[in-house]
Order: sequence, then structure tokens, then C-alpha cells
Amino acid sequence: MGQLTSGERQLGVVVLVVLAIIGIAMAAGGRFDPIGIHGVLVLVYSLALLYVLFSQAFGPEPDASRFASYYDDPIKVGIGLTLVWAVFGMFIGVWAAAQLAWPSLNFDMAWSSFGRIRPAHTTGVIFGFGGNALIATSFHVVQRTSRARLADQFSPWFVIFGYNLFCLIAVSGYFMGVTQSKEYAEAEWYADLLLVVVWVTYFFLYVRTLARRKEPHIYVANWYFMAFIIVVAILHIINNLAVPISLTHAKSYTIWAGVQDAMVQWWYGHNAVAFFLTAGFLGMLYYYLPIRAQRPIFSYRLSILSFWGITFFYMWAGSHHLHYTAMPLWVQNLGMTFSVMLLVPSWASAGNALLTLNGAWHRVRDDATLRFIMMAAFFYGLSTFEGSFLAIRPVNSLSHYTDWTVGHVHAGALGWVAMITFGAMYTLVPSLWKRQRMYSSALVEVHFWLALIGTLIYVFAMWNSGIIQGLMWRTYSPDDTLVYSFVDTLLAMYPYYMARAFGGLLFLIGAIVAAYNVWMTVRFVPGVVDATADKPLAADAHDDATPAPAE
Amino acid sequence: MDIEETDQVTGRRTTGHIWNGIRELDTPIPRGILLFLIVTHLFAALWWLLEPTWPLGTTYTKGLVGSDQKQTVEQNIAAAASARQAWTTQVETLSYDEIRADEGLMAKVRSNGHQLFGDNCAACHGRDGKGGHNYPDLTDDDWLWGGGPEKIAETLTVGVNSRNESSRISQMPSFGADQMLERKQVLDVAAYVYSLSNPESSTASNIGSIEAGREVFLTTCASCHGEDAKGNADVGAPNLTDNRWIYGGTIERIIETIHGGRQGHMPTWDERLTPLQIRILALYVNSLGTEKP
Ligand code: HEC
Ligand code: HEC
Repeated sequence: MGQLTSGERQLGVVVLVVLAIIGIAMAAGGRFDPIGIHGVLVLVYSLALLYVLFSQAFGPEPDASRFASYYDDPIKVGIGLTLVWAVFGMFIGVWAAAQLAWPSLNFDMAWSSFGRIRPAHTTGVIFGFGGNALIATSFHVVQRTSRARLADQFSPWFVIFGYNLFCLIAVSGYFMGVTQSKEYAEAEWYADLLLVVVWVTYFFLYVRTLARRKEPHIYVANWYFMAFIIVVAILHIINNLAVPISLTHAKSYTIWAGVQDAMVQWWYGHNAVAFFLTAGFLGMLYYYLPIRAQRPIFSYRLSILSFWGITFFYMWAGSHHLHYTAMPLWVQNLGMTFSVMLLVPSWASAGNALLTLNGAWHRVRDDATLRFIMMAAFFYGLSTFEGSFLAIRPVNSLSHYTDWTVGHVHAGALGWVAMITFGAMYTLVPSLWKRQRMYSSALVEVHFWLALIGTLIYVFAMWNSGIIQGLMWRTYSPDDTLVYSFVDTLLAMYPYYMARAFGGLLFLIGAIVAAYNVWMTVRFVPGVVDATADKPLAADAHDDATPAPAE
Repeated sequence: MDIEETDQVTGRRTTGHIWNGIRELDTPIPRGILLFLIVTHLFAALWWLLEPTWPLGTTYTKGLVGSDQKQTVEQNIAAAASARQAWTTQVETLSYDEIRADEGLMAKVRSNGHQLFGDNCAACHGRDGKGGHNYPDLTDDDWLWGGGPEKIAETLTVGVNSRNESSRISQMPSFGADQMLERKQVLDVAAYVYSLSNPESSTASNIGSIEAGREVFLTTCASCHGEDAKGNADVGAPNLTDNRWIYGGTIERIIETIHGGRQGHMPTWDERLTPLQIRILALYVNSLGTEKP
């Protein structure tokens, strides 16, 4: 946390002391309720950060030359956290996959039962890994494409540490059985409140930084990051409206009821996929792809078409998660038709990315990092096609509730989201730490193949398993009775479950290789000589010399 | 920065904007994409025309086809039921013996029975009906409550120790815990019971204990399990001489049974399954035991 002014340090101390007091109040009020345990967690977290702050509290004021460069320290921390969460979240994922094949791997303990580790996996990878990656890269991209330093030095830290506290509370809560029972929104009310504060800070930081830009136009990547930040705020707030049973209990009840609850939840769930897992990562793609390929974006017009198409159509599509349920048919049909119309804007993005590679295919061949980005675009196209296809009601009647859905999600999560993130990391890490290169390009190559093979095994296993499962559920005998019972289908799944766990394991090993490679790069790769590169233009630096007031 | 230029590879102009080295080409939107866009929108429009889609305040557009998913489901269920009727009425009306004599009908019963059993019973009795720890084997043609479809159907309908009013009651008392027998007596009678199916276990050194156990058995246990220990289907007391065990046949498990007692719980199915399904299951379960290859 170097470069903080004494004012910012004081603000940090105040915020952390308030947080510590909240922690004490939660612990005292909640006692042995999970919220009490979370109170202790909050207290320890804020004390640890206070310790770090105090250890440099009385250092000299940073010198004004800092305004001539970008503010990258929080990004570095964000990248570290991204990799930690990647390894943690994917490990839990492999464990959950293994439990489906070998159920006794829960070792007969409550905290490790499938129902608890499953949200720990999804939150760990989506919010822990994906979220930190998005925050870190968005801070990087907004500064570079605006040629402006982050608007202040306090809020980036607040966003990163606040966000990770949210993730910690959420995941540790699941192990204790705390849940709202809303998929991808399992965290309880107090964690949700924290996230609202963090997210609003993030939003203002982003807008203020954009407002300081030295470029006349706002680059596409920023449109996507803005859409991601704004829509996630709306989704999060509306879906999590809930009344706690008391201020000292973790449990709350949603204000939505019945079919409205289901609709709000899947409007949220689907747009979390759209704006968290798609828009945000498209922002990443739009920056690191042209940088790495050293090619111009194929078509500005296509960018516009796909951006507005995606932001408009996605909003309507959520009800396709509720086909053949108590949800009125007209709502299902509406969601289905919008899902079909969504296909073209999605493919336009994937196409725009792949066509950008024209003239750089020799780089794709030689450079595993660019290949990560290329594969991500490919899987993005694949999974968006699949998504629109699965949203068609008659198709959905086969696929719904089967492993096909899980396969679809992971084509997107492993193939698209994780691959674009790793592609971005391998581009970003050397440039951010001003290293000549990654520690080992051979390890990047190894990681690429582990990730690709792991994803393919995973996705093919789930396609097979899901389609077999769906067909078995609906197989009628000539006597007009169902042929298979549910356990029969489980036995048929068994080989695929083993294959899936293996595919996931390869992907996890890849992530560990990446973490190692990044660590070694930071530690041992010699720095670049030309430290003046990657700075806002010197002429403009002076305007930045007035530090913005911290929030 | 704004510098328009021509890209060498594609020959296209750039838009002129540059962000940290990133440029964009001014490529028009490819025809294929526009065409594709039109196709998906036409598909959507057609669907809107045919099916219920758009909300109109308190109602919604019904569409020319105007499907109603509730009706569709009801119709499908009714259609399947009436298609099945050809053979299900036979199962409902014919006697068990007549059904068992009709191999064609039994084939249907077995196929449907397999699915019903898998979805309702396998959780306790195992997919193959072989039972497991604490749950009886249904394939050994050795019945606690009597074999044959009638008796089995009765067991299914009322359950064992269930909340059904006429539930079968199965009580293996806890002789040790309730101090009806002393510890030594429990050990003796356990040794005796064990020796019934493991004759080689009686040796010179423990014959005294087994003999004492036999005495205890005749006075305390025979009322339910019978003097010959071959069980009694009226009270659901199992045969103790056949080396087939619900709760385990090691000496330790037998001592545990006698000390702590056992009350197996078999749910009542009359609320969850139709009489037809119970008949099918009774015939199916019966066939598991009697029709082994
Ligand atoms: C919750 C566990 C459970 C389920 C589910 C269950 N059973 Fe049972 N069943 C038992 C137990 C325990 C017994 C032994 C009762 C006793 O001790 O007499 C039993 C006994 C029986 C018996 C009597 C066995 C004999 O030797 O007389 C039959 C027949 C039977 N079950 C059939 C079924 C069928 C058919 C189903 C599915 C519709 C089913 N069971 C579902 C637990 C279960
Ligand atoms: C009131 C009737 C009754 C009496 C008396 C009784 N039993 Fe039982 N016993 C049962 C019933 C019923 C069961 C089956 C329990 C079940 O299935 O849950 C049983 C089960 C058992 C079993 C377990 C069999 C298995 O397959 O695991 C053993 C062993 C046993 N009895 C031994 C004894 C002995 C020894 C005595 C005398 C000390 C005795 N019983 C007295 C009714 C009785």
C-alpha cells in the first residue's frame, strides 16, 4: 500500500476501525450463530489490515512524481488474489466432482457435504477467481485506455479488500450451512450489504477515472466493464432484497415469493452469466486480444452491434431457466425468443475477436498466451450458440435438469472465462511488474494444453452424460411405462462422472502451474530497462497533480 | 489520439482512434451477420404470432396456436394412461394367480415393477432388492411377513411400524437394555442363536454356554421365534437358523440385537402409490424371490 498519502492512511485507519467495531458487534450479538463467527472473521480481517497500515503509517508523504504514472499496486494484489482463489475454487470443484463419482469422499462430515461445497466452488471460482480478475484487469484497462491514473488511491484498496472480505464471508458461511438458497446468490444479508457498499465505490471510482480520460473516445472494453459494474449492482440489490430474522442472526427471508421469486432469481442468475461472466470478460478480451495479437479490432461497427445487442437481449432471457415449470407459458416463450435473438450479437462478438486475428495467426501458433485468448473466443462462440439452442423449449425438455446444463456452463466457465483470464494474466503480469517476459513460456504452453484437454474432457463427458440422462428419463417401453428408474440413470452416469473429475483435475493442475509461473516471474525474471514505457503521456501528467479527495 | 490510416493486412481504413496502441478497423458489418440477424428475428416474430408471449396488463397474447402447458401435460398423462390401460386393467381385475400364469402380462409387470421399485424402494432395499445392513433381502424367498403377492401387497399397503393405523407391528424387545435378561444370559442366548446357523462354532469349551442359552431361548424367545427358531410370520419374527441376517450375523451383532432390540421401519405406501402400482410391485417383489434363475 505504498504511495498512500497520510490523509488516505488516516481514512484507511478510520474505515478499518469502524469495520473492527462492526465485527465485535456481530460477534457479541451473534454469539454462536454463524453471524457471530463471521464477526470474529471480520474483526481479524480488519486487524490484519490495520497492522499492515500501521507498519507504514509514519512513513514520509509519497512524492508528487507518482502522478506521472499509473496506479498499479492494487492491481498487483488483485492478481495475486485471483490466482489464490483460482486454485482454491477449482480444487473444491474437483472435490465436488469426485464426490459425485465417489460419494463417500465427503468423509461423513457436515461441512464437506456436497450441498455445502458446491456453492463454495461456484462462489470461489465465479466471484473469487472471476471477480478479482475482473476488478484487477478493469483497473488496468481503464487507466491505459483513458491515459489517466485511477481517480484516487483509497477506493481501489477499499474495493479489493472489501470485495474479498465478501467472498470470504460467503464461502466460509456455506461450510457452516449458511445460505439463502438462491443459486449464485447464496450469501446472506450482511455479506450482501457489504457488497453493495463495495460495488457502489467501485462504480464511482470507475466513472471518475473515465471522466479524467485524456482520450476523446471511450474504448469498447470500458463500455463492457461499465455494463458489468452497473448491471451487477442492479441485479445484486434486487435479487437479494430480504428481511433478516433478527440483526444477530445469519438467516433471512427473501421478500419475493413463489413464482415471482423464481423469476427474480433467474433474471438475476441469467444476467449474472451475462454481465458478470460475459460482459466483464468481453471487456478483458477487447483489451488484451488486440494488444497481444498486435492487430486492430476487426470492426468497430460490429462492436457496437454486439454491445447493444448483448446488453438489450440478455435482460429478457432469464425465464428460459424455468421452462416447463409453474412459470406461465407466455413468460417462458418470451424468454426463449429473446434467447434466440441473442445469438447473433453474441456470435458477432466472437467473430469480431476471431477475425481480429487475421494477420496474426502465425502468432497464435507460436504464442500460447494468444492461443488462450483465441480459444476463449472460440469457446465463447460455442457456448453462446449452445445457450440459445438449449433455451428453445423442445430442446430444453430434453436438456433441463441434466448434466448437459453443467457441460454448457463449463464450456463457458473453463473454455471462455478462465481461458480469457489466463490469457490476460500472462499478458498483464510481465507488463505490470515490468518484467522482460514470463518466467517460463514452456509452462504457459503446458498450461494451455492442460486447460484445453481438461475442458474438452469435461465438456464431452457432460454432453454424453446429459443427453443419455435426458433420454433415459423419457424412455417409454412398448407397454407405455417408463423403462428406467432414477438410480438406473445414475449408474449410467458413473463413467462420465469419473471422466469429468479427471478433466477438472487437469484444469486445476493448469491453474497451479499458472500460479507458480506468475510467482517465479515476479520473483526471478529480470526487469525491463525502459521503465518509462507504459505511462500516461508526460505532458498530461501534470494535470493529474491535484489528488482527488478520497471517498 | 486520432490518426486515420490504412491497415496493411486487410486494406481497410481504421476509425482513427487509438487507445494505448489499440486501433479499430472501420469494417462494415458482414452481410452474413445481418442476414442471420434477420433470420433469428423472423423466427422470434413467428413464435410470437403462434404462441402465447406478450403480456397485456392482466392477460397476454394467446397466439394462433395458443398452447396451454397445463392442458398439454394433462392430455399427455391421460393419453399415456389410456394407452397403458390395455394391460393395466388386466392387472387390476385378474387374480394374482391368473396374472402369474400369463407370461406376457408378467413381462410387462416386471418391466414396470423394475422402474417403480428403483424409484421408491431401492433407497432402502437396494437396486437389486438384495437389501443391505438393516434392510431385509427381498430376493431370498424367505419372508418376515409371509410370501406370495397377497401378503406382500398387505405389507406394502400398511407398512411395518409405520403410521398407518393397521400397520404391521414388529417388536424385537431390548432384553439387555431393559434388564429382562442378565448380561450372562444375553451372551449365552447369543451363542446359542449363533450356533444354530454356525454349528461348527460349538466346541467343548463353550457348549455349556450354548446349552444355557438354549434354555433361555425356549423360555424367552420361542414365543415369537418358535421353538425351532424358524420364525413366525404373524409377528414378523425372522428365521434364526438360516444364516440370513437383517442386522448382521456376527456374534457381536447378534449380542447387539438381543441387548438393544430392533424395530425395523417400513413406510406405508397406500398414500403414495395407487392400488395398481402396489399390485404391480407385489407381483414384482414376489417374482424377485420365487423366479430366480
Ligand atoms: C425407509 C426404508 C424402506 C423403504 C423406502 C422401503 N422399505 Fe420395505 N422394508 C423396510 C424395512 C426396514 C423392512 C423390514 C421391516 C421389519 O423389520 O419387519 C422392510 C420390509 C419389506 C418387506 C417385507 C419383507 C419380508 O420379509 O416380509 C417387503 C415385501 C418390502 N419391504 C417391500 C418394499 C417395497 C416394494 C418398497 C417400495 C415400494 C419398500 N419396501 C420400500 C424398509 C423400507
Ligand atoms: C415379541 C416378539 C419377540 C421376542 C420375544 C423375541 N424376538 Fe427376536 N425378533 C423379533 C422380531 C419382530 C424381529 C425382527 C425385527 C426387525 O426386523 O426389525 C426379531 C429379530 C431378532 C434377531 C435379528 C435377526 C436378523 O436377521 O438380524 C435376533 C438375533 C433375535 N431376534 C433374537 C432373539 C432372541 C435371542 C430372543 C430372546 C432373548 C428374541 N429374539 C425374542 C421378535 C421377537
